[in-house]
Amino acid sequence: MKSALRSGLVLFLLLSLLTGAAYPGLVTLVARVAFPHRANGSLILRDGHVQGSRLIGQPFRDARYFWGRPSATTPTPYNALSSGGSNLGPTNPAQDKAVKARLAELHAAHPDARIPVPVDLVTASASGLDPHISPAAAQYQVPRVARARGLAEERVLQLVRACTEGRTLGLLGEPRVNLLRLNLTLDNTERDATFGVPHAGK
Amino acid sequence: MSTNACLQLSLYLVVLLACVKPLGAYMARVYQGRPFVLDRVLGWLERSLYRLAGVNDQAEMTWRQYATAVLVFNGIGFLALYALLRLQGFLPLNPQKFGAVRPDLAFNTSVSFVTNTNWQSYGGESSLSYLSQMLGLGVQNFVSAATGMSVLVALIRGLARRSSETIGNFWVDLTRSVLYILLPLSLVLALVLVSQGVVQNFRPYERASLIDSSGAEANTVAEQTLPMGPAASQIAIKQLGTNGGGFFNANSSHPYENPTPLSNFLQMLAILLIPAALCHTFGVMAGDTRQGRAILAAMLAVFVPLALGTVVAEQAGTSILAKNGISQRASSSSPGGNMEGKETRFGITDSALWACATTAASNGCVNSMHDSFTPLGGLIPLWLMQLGEVVFGGMGSGLYGMLMFVVVAVFVAGLMVGRTPEYLGKKIEVYEMKMASLIILIPPLLVLIGTAVAVSGPGLAARDRDTGTVAALSNTPGAHGFTEILYTYSSTGNNNGSAFSGLSTDVPFYNLTLAVAMLAARFWLIIPILAVAGSLARKKSAPQSAGTLPTHTPLFVGLLVCVVLLVGALTFVPALALGPIVEQLQMTSH
Repeated sequence: MKSALRSGLVLFLLLSLLTGAAYPGLVTLVARVAFPHRANGSLILRDGHVQGSRLIGQPFRDARYFWGRPSATTPTPYNALSSGGSNLGPTNPAQDKAVKARLAELHAAHPDARIPVPVDLVTASASGLDPHISPAAAQYQVPRVARARGLAEERVLQLVRACTEGRTLGLLGEPRVNLLRLNLTLDNTERDATFGVPHAGK
Repeated sequence: MSTNACLQLSLYLVVLLACVKPLGAYMARVYQGRPFVLDRVLGWLERSLYRLAGVNDQAEMTWRQYATAVLVFNGIGFLALYALLRLQGFLPLNPQKFGAVRPDLAFNTSVSFVTNTNWQSYGGESSLSYLSQMLGLGVQNFVSAATGMSVLVALIRGLARRSSETIGNFWVDLTRSVLYILLPLSLVLALVLVSQGVVQNFRPYERASLIDSSGAEANTVAEQTLPMGPAASQIAIKQLGTNGGGFFNANSSHPYENPTPLSNFLQMLAILLIPAALCHTFGVMAGDTRQGRAILAAMLAVFVPLALGTVVAEQAGTSILAKNGISQRASSSSPGGNMEGKETRFGITDSALWACATTAASNGCVNSMHDSFTPLGGLIPLWLMQLGEVVFGGMGSGLYGMLMFVVVAVFVAGLMVGRTPEYLGKKIEVYEMKMASLIILIPPLLVLIGTAVAVSGPGLAARDRDTGTVAALSNTPGAHGFTEILYTYSSTGNNNGSAFSGLSTDVPFYNLTLAVAMLAARFWLIIPILAVAGSLARKKSAPQSAGTLPTHTPLFVGLLVCVVLLVGALTFVPALALGPIVEQLQMTSH
């Protein structure tokens, strides 16, 4: 027993150093050299300011932007300090109420929508930080965004297609649109249209 | 059932099974002390660990000494983790200045990580320092997994040896599991995960000003604080060690924890990788690889239909969505189905397959919120845990649990033909049957008694710490609320760790009773397992005869599957009828 205590204690300390300090330290060092951008959170910088992360969804409320999925984080949606889902069950009356409210809001904002509301726009994501929507959910919002920005629908649809990712290897995951990328592309397109596309040289 | 779902499941199984033989054979070499490449590179480190700890790696242990070493080591681990969580406010690597974890939560979290359950009552990004994550939770991710593997290896030695008093040396098995199996695999997986976007740094949380600043006027927020930390290193071992405790609250649904379909596939592979490969390790060490293959076949026979069933149930969707006129049909531009609590990049298929993998193994990490699953889609993960975590199951614990079902299966077969039951040439006698019965009956007792106590009152409502008002703990009335409590005890009583998180369990009643369930489910099983190992090791080998029941045939695989399913069904159908089955009937009748 006494020798077991001694061996256990020393071995625990040594294995702790190995797995709890040396291992994460080594991974951090290699990651910093090999994938510095990703290891630090895939941040989006504009003029030296952090505008978010390519991987973490943000709330979009303005009519000029594509909107993301409902987020159940507390106290505010897309709170990255408290990730999580609604955890509402399939027969919960609160779920029915939430779906109805989201539908009403979507119908009001999209009187000219051409396709039915896609399921991902009325259901809260698991993390509350989902950066993606389905291609159908983007398509649903195209007429509104085009109108709010004064762009041709075909042009907006083009941008949506450019920002759509397919399944990995044609097999894994689901087709999806990264909202941050799409909305930033929209902003940039508009800026280029206003100030003229900068030309190289003279 | 879409073609894509079938293809994804097939690809997953093909890759998994392709890894079983090489990894299983490698692990057998590690435990048998036969030479392999890595021992030449890291042998000096292994030997210096033994020297410093005063371990004689040639000395073997009896089962009692082995059990003592397991308990002492895990006891030390528990105390160290508890102390770390309580003292994190005074310790370094705490850029967000988190204070001490409350005593009941620290107790629950320490027990949950030492027992390889990783029940998440804590929220990683909002309460734990980087030091607590890596030096506390991270270390237990390694050593609790290694403990399970060691106990399994001791049991295999018991089956393989003849007339032996000893079953190996725990310190050696533990050290070798960590050094030669878990560390190298984790290192590779962690770096691949970083390449996909999983964060790995020691920086303070990052503040971002939102792209759409119109929120500020609408009285919400214009800023987002992005959590950081050494996540990838932790997530790699969380998956490989069937631990499952998330670095972030949302676990593997968090985009920083599981950013792409590829990272999702690799993590899902890591969940079942070692538990599946250990079947082959068992076959090699027992001197008959057909035995390992038979057990793997039994596990797959249960897993595959249940996984497909979950995909079908989730794709069928819910009545609330249907009633509101929302299309739940899958198409090339929409995942369709029940997307509540699921991520767009994973859709229905990846979420449903993951839910089955994580509950078949005793991993318990989630990439979607199980509480929001359809009643039948949620029933399957729940039942996979209630089967005793033997379909793949935990690191080592899954296979040693399954071997006890094998003991019961040969006993049942022996009763039918009136012969003394044997397994691998060892006579199965009263003592082994007693221990196997204990091992099979203890988890259901914990689950059913725990649920009964909770629903009789103490688990229904609690006083809020801040406001002092009494509030319901479940977010759902009726049958679903019962399922939440049943799921909670099924998860902790089988060391899984996944949750129906609509039930708030961060209250003293749950923190304490769930900790007791986790401790009992872990150590009340480990001790009888080691007792069986000791008893089997002492036996002589009975010669094979014409009356010996072969245990590698499809017939025996079928018998084993029947025993597992029958015990699981007979024990839990009444409770399941009160929860998910009632809810399914309610849903379809509306």
